[in-house]
Amino acid sequence: MSDLPPYPPLDPTTYDLIIVGTGVSESILSAAASSSGTSVLHLDPNPFYGSHSASLSLPDLTSFLHSNSLSPPPPPPSDTPDFLSVDLATRSLYSSVEIATFDSSILDERHSRKFNVDLCGPRVLFCADESINLMLKSGSNNYVEFKSVDASFVGDSSGELRSVPDSRAAIFKDKSLGLMEKKQLMKFFKLVQAHLAAAAASSTESDEGAVKIAEEDMESPFVDFLAKMPLPPKIKSIILYGIAMVDYDQDNVEACGDLLKTREGIARLALYITSIGRFSNALGALIYPIYGQGELPQAFCRRAAVKGCIYVLRMPITALLLDKASELIETGGYKGVRLATGQEIFSQKLILDPCITVGSESMSSLTDQQKETLRVLVPKSISSEGKIARGICIIRGSVKADISNALVVYPPKSLFPEQLAAIRVLQLGSGLAVCPADMHVLYFSTVCENDDQGKAALLSAMSTLIKPQVPENLQSDSAVENDTAEAAKPVVLWRALYVQAMVKGEFGGSISSAASPDGNLSYNELVESAVKLYEQLMGSEELFKEETSPDNTTEEENDGGVEIEA
Amino acid sequence: MLTLVYSTSSLPGRQSNLSLSLSRISLLRDLADQKFESHTLAYLTFVSYHRGNMHGRPRKAYKPEEEAASAAKAAKLRSLQNQFMSNHHAKIYTKEAIDLSTKLLEINPEAYTAWNYRKLAVEDTLSREESNQDLVKSVLDEELKVVESALRQNFKSYGAWHHRKWVLSKGHSSVGNELRLLDKFQTLDSRNFHAWNYRRFVVELTNRSKEDELKYTEDMISKDFSNYSAWHNRSVLLSSLLAKAEGFMPNEKIPDEYQLVHDAIFTDEDDQSGWFYHLWLLDQTVNVETPLLTSSWPSHAGCLNDSSSSKLTTSCSESGSFPLILYFNQAVGGVSSSSTVTIDTELKGNEDVVWEPVSKKNSHVSCVWVARLKYISSEPCFGKEYKVKVKIGNSPGIVSSRGCNFSASYEFVFTAHVHDTVEESSQEGIVSWTDGFDIWDAESKDLNALATLDRSNAQMDSKWRQEAIAEEIDLFRELPDSKIGKLTLARLLMAKAMISDDAVKGVHYNEILELYKDLMALDSSHYQYYKDVHSVALLRKVTSSTEDLSGHLFRCRNMNNSVCLRLNNLSLSRIASVEKLLFVQMLDLSHNELHSTEGLEGMQLLSCLNLSHNRIRSFSALDSLRHLKQLRVLDVSHNHIGEHSVDTTRYLCSSPLFNSEWTRDEVGRQMPTLVTKYWDAYFVLRDLNLKQLDITGNVIAGDVFSSFVLRVVPKLVWLDGKKLEI
Repeated sequence: MSDLPPYPPLDPTTYDLIIVGTGVSESILSAAASSSGTSVLHLDPNPFYGSHSASLSLPDLTSFLHSNSLSPPPPPPSDTPDFLSVDLATRSLYSSVEIATFDSSILDERHSRKFNVDLCGPRVLFCADESINLMLKSGSNNYVEFKSVDASFVGDSSGELRSVPDSRAAIFKDKSLGLMEKKQLMKFFKLVQAHLAAAAASSTESDEGAVKIAEEDMESPFVDFLAKMPLPPKIKSIILYGIAMVDYDQDNVEACGDLLKTREGIARLALYITSIGRFSNALGALIYPIYGQGELPQAFCRRAAVKGCIYVLRMPITALLLDKASELIETGGYKGVRLATGQEIFSQKLILDPCITVGSESMSSLTDQQKETLRVLVPKSISSEGKIARGICIIRGSVKADISNALVVYPPKSLFPEQLAAIRVLQLGSGLAVCPADMHVLYFSTVCENDDQGKAALLSAMSTLIKPQVPENLQSDSAVENDTAEAAKPVVLWRALYVQAMVKGEFGGSISSAASPDGNLSYNELVESAVKLYEQLMGSEELFKEETSPDNTTEEENDGGVEIEA
Repeated sequence: MLTLVYSTSSLPGRQSNLSLSLSRISLLRDLADQKFESHTLAYLTFVSYHRGNMHGRPRKAYKPEEEAASAAKAAKLRSLQNQFMSNHHAKIYTKEAIDLSTKLLEINPEAYTAWNYRKLAVEDTLSREESNQDLVKSVLDEELKVVESALRQNFKSYGAWHHRKWVLSKGHSSVGNELRLLDKFQTLDSRNFHAWNYRRFVVELTNRSKEDELKYTEDMISKDFSNYSAWHNRSVLLSSLLAKAEGFMPNEKIPDEYQLVHDAIFTDEDDQSGWFYHLWLLDQTVNVETPLLTSSWPSHAGCLNDSSSSKLTTSCSESGSFPLILYFNQAVGGVSSSSTVTIDTELKGNEDVVWEPVSKKNSHVSCVWVARLKYISSEPCFGKEYKVKVKIGNSPGIVSSRGCNFSASYEFVFTAHVHDTVEESSQEGIVSWTDGFDIWDAESKDLNALATLDRSNAQMDSKWRQEAIAEEIDLFRELPDSKIGKLTLARLLMAKAMISDDAVKGVHYNEILELYKDLMALDSSHYQYYKDVHSVALLRKVTSSTEDLSGHLFRCRNMNNSVCLRLNNLSLSRIASVEKLLFVQMLDLSHNELHSTEGLEGMQLLSCLNLSHNRIRSFSALDSLRHLKQLRVLDVSHNHIGEHSVDTTRYLCSSPLFNSEWTRDEVGRQMPTLVTKYWDAYFVLRDLNLKQLDITGNVIAGDVFSSFVLRVVPKLVWLDGKKLEI
């Protein structure tokens, strides 16, 4: 990136809002703010859109993971006559990065442009979730095309994948469920649907005859409610981990980090159920953007640009500018930022990428008032926020014959007794333009307490799904092992393992911090936190309130692609 | 989701629905042993489940501006229609005229006349330009295009689909595109029966294999198992594949189909489609296409002993003949002494016995066939024993109404003892239903000889059928909390009793009766249906063994020790199991809930019948009694005859509006007013040869009616318990 010519100075130099980082949260905020007439400057230190939500080629992904693990370059000397300048530091969200290439041909020139690998995988969208609603509302759906995830499975240590019976037709087709199990499961789904219908009806008028789940049940743990239904353990596990996408073991109250209440459980089922059939050409509940998750932040950025937002990539900021006269309480003294080019840009408000911090040595010289202004930039101890172990495997073959795009969930304890949390695996194929035709990309993730625990869990899931392969230099003597069961499994060509720290978004008056990608399968919590941050920034203004783009009512069918329409 | 079409409309698309209702009717008939009645179909409304794109959308009211637009459209349509009609009448088939009809059809695809006009136009072109192959093809292709755009407008247009069939059957167009077009329509609305109906037509035309189509139905079902049309098409395809019996053996395929439909039923028991298919499967399991002889009278090795007190008696002395009865499991035709049935006997004068179907007038098919054997001939034959040998089905000719041949030949032999009979004077006395009855000796061999209690199953490969039914029963015992589940279990148990061996027969009747009682309490809107099938089950139970039956059997001392069956106070609402009761001479059905005597026509030996305290509403409900040539005593007191001037439950039977016969006969000419007033009584009573009639306790009873009865039934001796002055 250093080969590129330097930027000319920016003009204008004053904005309502400066946003640094083009992750999903930041992009939503920038599009929303631009749409409401706010002048926005959107910067990103990287040469690509998406920050931690980007989709990258394999070398770019490797260097991003590594460069972020390294300590940032020392900031240029800061000396400004008019303002107090506070140097910024970059902390890495990633630790224990481990990348192995088993087949070096994968890095060949002919392949290099064909990969669009997500940094924050595995991640999908529910057809009825908030991120889709937001895209429709903002009009950014015009820039992305989706395809359905064909199937979802629940796996165990035997390597067998059982499809998740998530709809009427799927229950009907499922060969592994007994007739009584089908009946129980369908009965439960119907109860949930009746409850949702009754809840929707009672919000407008009181309907006494409607079937509703009792209020005391809504407050009880979801797992107890399922047992009360009564649903057998096998189905309980499918609902909890395969449909409600719960992370922690719900049967183990002590070890469980997060015991799901029935109210929340029903809400998650509702999301799943309403997702199925929302778009006539989407088969199931889940969809994935063609060319990778990185398309999503880009779509919001394009929307923002249309609305007047100014974009500058490859532009780190090095320092914050504070008013020397610290009496100005309402702005907290924040004035602007200094770019890597040395230019100073001013704004009312600032939103920063979660990895930008202020070193403690810079803080020591500040007044209490100034410390308060910068509070969101002080790194918290990571462990309190949680970690997500992520893995990426490029494989030849597929984990399930004839199925290209699929989600696999390993519930807690399904792979090994100490497995604390569910492990989710997403396989994506070339149909989504994320890899060459004969390969698949597998994403793994699980929430974890520490790096070793998380990586051990992911490796266990990998060895269940994929044929283990020794690195290239040892390959000559590995020809001996040839198990017939193993032979059918896909072969791994390239693998990355890393642990990502989770940073929550935080509103801090004039300076706020956006959230990092979380450990969920969907964007729901991210969107929720972005919406909340927006409301805090802008007062109680609604996002994209008047946006209904006139051209999104026509329906097009693009070789199996899903175009989401309002 | 679906409505059952009952009209016998000749419109092209209706067949699929209609044929299903027929198959269901046949099942019900066979299960219930009785003729199908319209109210028994009420169970259809059990559950309805709305899904899919085109169903369950509420109709929106028009806004004023929309109304104006629609008025303008109507005006345009009207002028177009007028122009078109004048073209049509003038037989103008120019290009402009045809284009006009195209325009009309684009707006209104339902304009049937326009389709017919186009057919005439095509015929006109074809007759003039037959040799010009290219022109013919382009004309027909244009028709297909018009149909396609009409279907886009309304793909439920009967006329458009019919026109397409018509064009294709001309044979000049390629059919390759048709399935692709259909796929489009079936994606839009996967249950559209027009499309499915047309699909069958195209498949026939293109010789696409039935196996491929079966696979297609499976795909459609797995997409949405509420697709009733797909299930129906599956049953149609399987029926024909199983009938061909090439690689599709019922004993292998039907159990597989049960597995498939279980998935649907257990996944969503509120969905009707699966249950319909299950009912169809049950029908396939229980019933064989080929007709069977269920029973006969006399039964095999029976001993007929006229007028002997210790042996079986028939009081047939009046006519000098006694009946032979053949009872088939379904209506058959072609029973005749000349070819299909031969009687070998020493009794003289029986060389050309006439077999008559016991059925409505002019019908040539019936379950019951009767012949009368003469035993008084020119030479005296009293005190002798005669062997009679009856052979059925030696040569083909007995054919069911569905066209299947009675294939197994059957033979039975019995002995007739003929004694000199002295007409006892007591028979001229009044017949009382209260005393003079002797209890039947259960150990007596007579009963065994009388009752042909087992049906021959030898002709059915029944092992897989029994296994399939047994599996179903085990499974549906797990589904006891729904009405349809209970009903299905009851039907399965009934089916099991029908096809099981004697050893296990009868075990299930108590359970069946309990299930129907539950259903009557649970589902009051279908009470009468459950009541009827409960009655059928109860009668099956009574006739299932000699022990059960003997509790209801008596001998009537005053009637030459006639065999009397008393089935009173059982709250029966319909009659069944008649095939096992052919020997009964006196029948007491008092204090039940009968609406009709349907079924009794098979009991050809019946001479006394007590129907008092039932729910008979008119004489037309007694229509079946007209077949009982030996009926002398009839008690219909304390019913509801005459309460309703028109018996709406039986409006299909003959009435003066449809029948001018009565104006031609003597009584009708003598008292036209009374005959018009009591036309239903007239048609029944004039064919009966009654000596004793009780009619008290009915609204119709009274002096006027009594005087009418005396004229219509001249041989009557006792009316309402009083001897008539002659």
